[in-house]
Amino acid sequence: MILVLGGLWIGQNVNLLPADASANAPVYDELFRVLFSIGTILFIGIVGLVIFSLIRFRRRPGQRGDGLAIEGNLPLEIFWTAVPAIVVLFVGLYSYDIYDRMGGMTPLNHGMDHSGMLHSGMLHSGMDHSAPMQDAPPPDEHGERVWGGIGTSSIQAKDGGAIAAVPIEVTAMQFAFLFRYPQGDFISGELHVPAGKPVSLRMEAKDVIHAFWVPEFRLKQDVIPGQPTVLNFTPTRPGTYPIVCAELCGPYHGGMRTSVVVDDPESYEAWFNANNTLEVADA
Amino acid sequence: MTVSLTPEGEQHRPSLQPTGWLRYFSFSVDHKVIGLQYLVCGFLFYLIGGALAGAIRTELVSPMSDFMPRDVYNQVLTLHGTVMIFLWIVPVVNGAFGNYLIPFYVGARDMAFPRLNAVAFWLIPPAGLLLISSYFITGAAQSGWTAYPPLSTTTAASGQVIWILSVLLLGGSSIFGGINFIATVLKLRRPGLKLMQLPMYCWAMLGTSILVVLSTPVLAGTLILLSFDIVAHTGFFNPGLGGNVVVYQHLFWFYSHPAVYIMVLPAFGLVSEILPVHCRKPLFGYATMVYSIMAIVVLGLVVWAHHMFTSGTPPWMRLFFTIATAFIAVPTGIKFFNWLATLWGGRIALNSAVLFSCGFIINFVLGGITGVALAQVPFDVHVHDTYFVVAHFHYIVYGGTVFVIFASIYHWYPKVTGRMLNETLGRLHFLLTFIGFNLCFAPQHWLGLNGMPRRVAEYDPQFAFINQLSSAGALLMAISTLPFLWNVVASAFRGEIAGDNPWNALTPEWLTSSPPPVENWEGEAPLVHEPYGYGVPIDQIDLAAASGSDLWSSGK
Repeated sequence: MILVLGGLWIGQNVNLLPADASANAPVYDELFRVLFSIGTILFIGIVGLVIFSLIRFRRRPGQRGDGLAIEGNLPLEIFWTAVPAIVVLFVGLYSYDIYDRMGGMTPLNHGMDHSGMLHSGMLHSGMDHSAPMQDAPPPDEHGERVWGGIGTSSIQAKDGGAIAAVPIEVTAMQFAFLFRYPQGDFISGELHVPAGKPVSLRMEAKDVIHAFWVPEFRLKQDVIPGQPTVLNFTPTRPGTYPIVCAELCGPYHGGMRTSVVVDDPESYEAWFNANNTLEVADA
Repeated sequence: MTVSLTPEGEQHRPSLQPTGWLRYFSFSVDHKVIGLQYLVCGFLFYLIGGALAGAIRTELVSPMSDFMPRDVYNQVLTLHGTVMIFLWIVPVVNGAFGNYLIPFYVGARDMAFPRLNAVAFWLIPPAGLLLISSYFITGAAQSGWTAYPPLSTTTAASGQVIWILSVLLLGGSSIFGGINFIATVLKLRRPGLKLMQLPMYCWAMLGTSILVVLSTPVLAGTLILLSFDIVAHTGFFNPGLGGNVVVYQHLFWFYSHPAVYIMVLPAFGLVSEILPVHCRKPLFGYATMVYSIMAIVVLGLVVWAHHMFTSGTPPWMRLFFTIATAFIAVPTGIKFFNWLATLWGGRIALNSAVLFSCGFIINFVLGGITGVALAQVPFDVHVHDTYFVVAHFHYIVYGGTVFVIFASIYHWYPKVTGRMLNETLGRLHFLLTFIGFNLCFAPQHWLGLNGMPRRVAEYDPQFAFINQLSSAGALLMAISTLPFLWNVVASAFRGEIAGDNPWNALTPEWLTSSPPPVENWEGEAPLVHEPYGYGVPIDQIDLAAASGSDLWSSGK
């Protein structure tokens, strides 16, 4: 009992994570706290049992006899098969729910995978992303297949309408990320995104596999040569956060870092207009 | 520096008989000689792999890449992973203990195919030397032990091709061994010995060998395709030629996830042998142990894509592999609860073998908990390819398997040499290893959660202190090897004479002389129906002599 309460307390109060800066980060942290609580309870419990047994049942000087000939105990064994099975099932369903809330279960290519994926989206009532997807532009405007990633480019707003995401094309190469803003036709080495608006990254690598990771967003997606991937998120907390390459990509892998700047919408607008080449061309 | 170690270094392994130490360098077909060849050869590679780990931790003391060039760093981490997996853990938990113990356990005088067995061992030293010499000759592979294309096809080709050759040889050795173990366990049992009477290690090796035989050929085929891509410029994994890089990852992990079970299942078996002897109790839940091994074998084959949650995988695949992976926790949990129940109510001798076994339980439970967490897609999306994963798998393979290897050496050393190891040095070894290991790897969980990716030579300076802590732990682990080495060498000549059965064990390897003769027993092989028949039945406890605690722990 003390163990359970103590584990819950540690799970809720010990923070091992960096700041949260995207809409899905608090959702992730919720999952982390649940897993951390269960893990703490289990770990302290088992370590306690081992240490208790080693002290309590140690062979004392002069003892020559054997222990007790207990070869098994069926109810006990059923109990400790069933309990982990239930815990694991609970954790699995819960993390499915979390992943769905992060947008992870939405089909990536609705034209291609739609029929197959529809029912899994429907399973989770109330979070039906597939309906607004019909009107949204396909995540991949180039008409190519998207091979992996999280979410679609349209995010359901609170009033039910779909907000168009800010599209950004990410190119990863040895040893840098390039961010192209098709709406302004310019390329930046630093990712700027507006706080509170959905962002849709379409990513492809030029040479080897890289991975796009922002620890403060709790998001990572491999950037693969020949196979476009997508990553959709909504930044929330203005600030500058590291972008890290997380897949071994060569000698300078450790140096392949840049920053994402989450601006408030006005400063993002100002930054965007300062770089926008289309606007200039029109004027 | 290390190339010449293997042939000369084997000399310090004590010979079983005073005459004929040369047979440890020969093509011997005696399973005990082959087992020791595996063990000593593996340990020498462990020292090399450990030195490589030391180089990595030295580089990471400072956030800058200042200890070695960046491409050398990638060669070192590739060699470290490959040496530790393919030349230390897999050959030792399978080849060394499997060859030494399995024929005893099934009541046979040797393995089913003794010559194949010797071939399997003699593939290892050349493969290992080839791998390590590649560093000196052409520069070793730089793409990690996973060798993902296109990185592996675009970095220096010669090192990568040598790496592939070496891993193919080692994989071949592993397959030969696996076939041999399956045949020995199933076909060479002494008449009258039923499968469900075998010691648990036989079941573990049977399950492991099934995994080896099913999955290693897939790795071999994949690496051959990869070498075609490098040498002949085919396009299997080259997106420029219509290939698909993610297919390589699927094929690679189809072997390399089962490889984790190839490394830990034998360790589970060894712990199941060690604990009952020193707790003076039967192994708790024999039947459920067997079923959970087989469940792990089946589940272990269908979880590979959890290594690819951030790769090019569609949502349904991420979900399926989450559930399948998380469910491995159930049979694994059963085994751990059974060991706890084996400890409970025993008369536990607190010697080095038991301490290492209990260290294994504690470390592996932590590694298992982080493993279930990593199986959850949303969790993994954040920490995949970070130091959190590095910490997790070192808790599994070092905190788990390597601790068991040490426990097993303490347990079987008297049988192999006829002399006891020094207990004080053994406990010192345990203490240093346990503290050093946890100091090295526990902080890495935090590093991964907070943004440090794996396989980097340079990192954000905010992580410097935790990395230095981790490196201090690594130094302690290196130091902890010294009392062990001294103990093993000195005890071989001056250790206390052990006698045939110092632990009063019941399994068949103890029912012969120490060291055992060629062909294992003078006369007929013993028939052991109850390998774990320790303990006093509850209704036979002498009430006058028993203390209250005995009755209490019996549940009366």
